[in-house]
Amino acid sequence: MRLSRFNIAALAFGLAFLYLPIVVLVIYSFNASKLVTVWGGWSTRWYTEFFNDRAMLDAAWMSARVGLVSATAATLLGTLAAVALTRGARFRGRTLMSGMLYAPLVMPEVITGLSLLLLFVALDAERGFWTVTIAHTSLTMCFVAVVVQSRLAGLDRSLEEAAMDLGCDPARAFVAVTLPLIWPAMAAGWMLAFTLSLDDLVIASFTTGPGSATLPIRIYSEVRLGVKPEINAICTLIIGFIAVLIVGASLASKLSSSRGDSAAPL
Amino acid sequence: MTTATDILPDAIAEAPLIVAAYPMPLLRVDGVSKKFGAFTAVDGLSLDIQAGEFFALLGPSGCGKTTLLRMLAGFETPDAGKILLDGEDIAAVLPHQRPVNMMFQNYALFPHLSVRDNIAFGLKRAALPKPEIAARVAEMVALVKLGGLEKRKPDQLSGGQKQRVALARALARRPQLLLLDEPLAALDKKLREETQAELMELQRRLGTTFVIVTHDQDEAMTMADRIGVMKDGRLEQVATPRQLYEAPASRWIAGFVGDINLIEGEVTLQDAHRLTVAAAGAGMLTVAEPKAPLPSRAICLAIRPEKIRLSRRAPTSAGGLNSIEGVVTEVGYLGGLSVYKVQLDHGATLRVALANTNRLDVDAYGVGQKVVAWFAPDDCVVLPR
Ligand SMILES: Nc1ncnc2c1ncn2[C@@H]1O[C@H](COP(=O)(O)OP(=O)(O)OP(=O)(O)O)[C@@H](O)[C@H]1O
Ligand SMILES: [Mg+2]
Repeated sequence: MRLSRFNIAALAFGLAFLYLPIVVLVIYSFNASKLVTVWGGWSTRWYTEFFNDRAMLDAAWMSARVGLVSATAATLLGTLAAVALTRGARFRGRTLMSGMLYAPLVMPEVITGLSLLLLFVALDAERGFWTVTIAHTSLTMCFVAVVVQSRLAGLDRSLEEAAMDLGCDPARAFVAVTLPLIWPAMAAGWMLAFTLSLDDLVIASFTTGPGSATLPIRIYSEVRLGVKPEINAICTLIIGFIAVLIVGASLASKLSSSRGDSAAPL
Repeated sequence: MTTATDILPDAIAEAPLIVAAYPMPLLRVDGVSKKFGAFTAVDGLSLDIQAGEFFALLGPSGCGKTTLLRMLAGFETPDAGKILLDGEDIAAVLPHQRPVNMMFQNYALFPHLSVRDNIAFGLKRAALPKPEIAARVAEMVALVKLGGLEKRKPDQLSGGQKQRVALARALARRPQLLLLDEPLAALDKKLREETQAELMELQRRLGTTFVIVTHDQDEAMTMADRIGVMKDGRLEQVATPRQLYEAPASRWIAGFVGDINLIEGEVTLQDAHRLTVAAAGAGMLTVAEPKAPLPSRAICLAIRPEKIRLSRRAPTSAGGLNSIEGVVTEVGYLGGLSVYKVQLDHGATLRVALANTNRLDVDAYGVGQKVVAWFAPDDCVVLPR
């Protein structure tokens, strides 16, 4: 179908609305001027600045570690939850269970953050890397569960039965047949979890402790003192990184749907 | 007058059943029931299947065929009754430990594995040495004629090829018992007939016991040594194809298997192995006395359409034959056969199937033609109403 002129204009307007601020940000990250709003010619000065900014690099490293660990934990837990809910026998309260699994998706982050903070305080846990990681795991595992569950629901149950019929015990059948068919969905879930973790400001602020700021926390506190062009450079890097992850996630879910009968959302 | 016609029904009734070569059948299903909630899918069903037999399960949709098969494979546990395989109760044996394999209705091929790996899947679990696996896979590939396709993935195969991979995969482990749930349902008529022949040939060669579920009566008739007809979770009749067709055990079976004319009647006279029946809408008919004693005088007559003949005038040697006058009201041309609807002068309607033995229709009966329909007493089955 060919696009009419009106459609092209509408599309251009919509995309501009979404991406113009980002484009401005990216362009200004290459600004030579110290003032954010004044163009002073092209330069990669702020990128160098960032790579010399110890505190900022520490925060980036913290975010990366939290993201890796929490995304991996969330993928394991989310997959287990999805398997239990789609494959387990119909137990009492199963609908309630799956409803409860999805509740955090729509829960305001402030509430999730606050409740986790209260929990950690009550447990007298030292706040820092692990508390943020646990908080992010609990936030992102339901996203993974949703992605994996929709893949599992589309998988033919008789595949596992066929594997059992051919000599696999149930655990073996899962590893030999189900896992290879759902891993693209798990990979997509992992990337989603990682980006969410990298993204998160609110929950991290609630659950982190002194000296272990994540990148968004660090950026936010810098910006409150006035926008430095260095922030533009960091944001540009993050945008590039997330774009790569999102493309990866959608490729993985495409692979997953071309393998089987139904597609995972994304 | 006890001629060959008198002996025929008995000969059918005693058509050679599979003679038990072993004291115990390979499979004995003994009073097995399965409930889903309040609904009884299989209801106290008993069945013996001999080693090497080709057994077909036939029945209307939802009568519990798949459920029975799944219990044999171990995917469902019976609520009551026992399943004995080779004399041993397999209730506690998990699916992966049973010497039984199943070919799934939708084939359930593993989409991420090649044809070769699909077939080898069960062999690898059996921890066979590698060369042995390779040899077995090659043997199976040759058996189901899949040469050259070993590296393909299931979604690169046609329906018929998928079905053969599924068959090879289920046979590779050399099960004692192979269960097939509507294996040919997805194939077109031509391919289905070819595959039926291949399956029979294969079963004969391997000597594996086959239990096949099918919706297709012709398929069951063609392939099976014996057929079990199920209704509402019970077996209505277990018989050879011929017995099932020529000597149905009940009115329901008679109506379910093939095409048939059912006429209700009242026995008025019972004499010398002949019954005289006042048939509703068909006058007085003479039929052969059934072997089993009748519970009451109210009966039902069942005549297959091809057992009735038509002619323009009453047959001259009418001795012992039933002949009824009527008018042709409808003609259906089916190629090899034509099916005529005959409105009898007494009121009933008969369906009559005649072979089209001549290419030109000089002999055919047209609508409105006055005819005489006639049949021998032995061609009519007497059933309790
Ligand atoms: N897991 C289940 N839970 C509840 N009811 C079931 C279940 N499986 C089967 N049934 C019911 O049991 C009955 C028998 O089902 P089954 O699948 O054995 O029928 P079938 O004879 O194979 O039918 P078809 O020829 O249509 O395949 C059906 O009425 C079905 O609704
Ligand atoms: Mg079925």
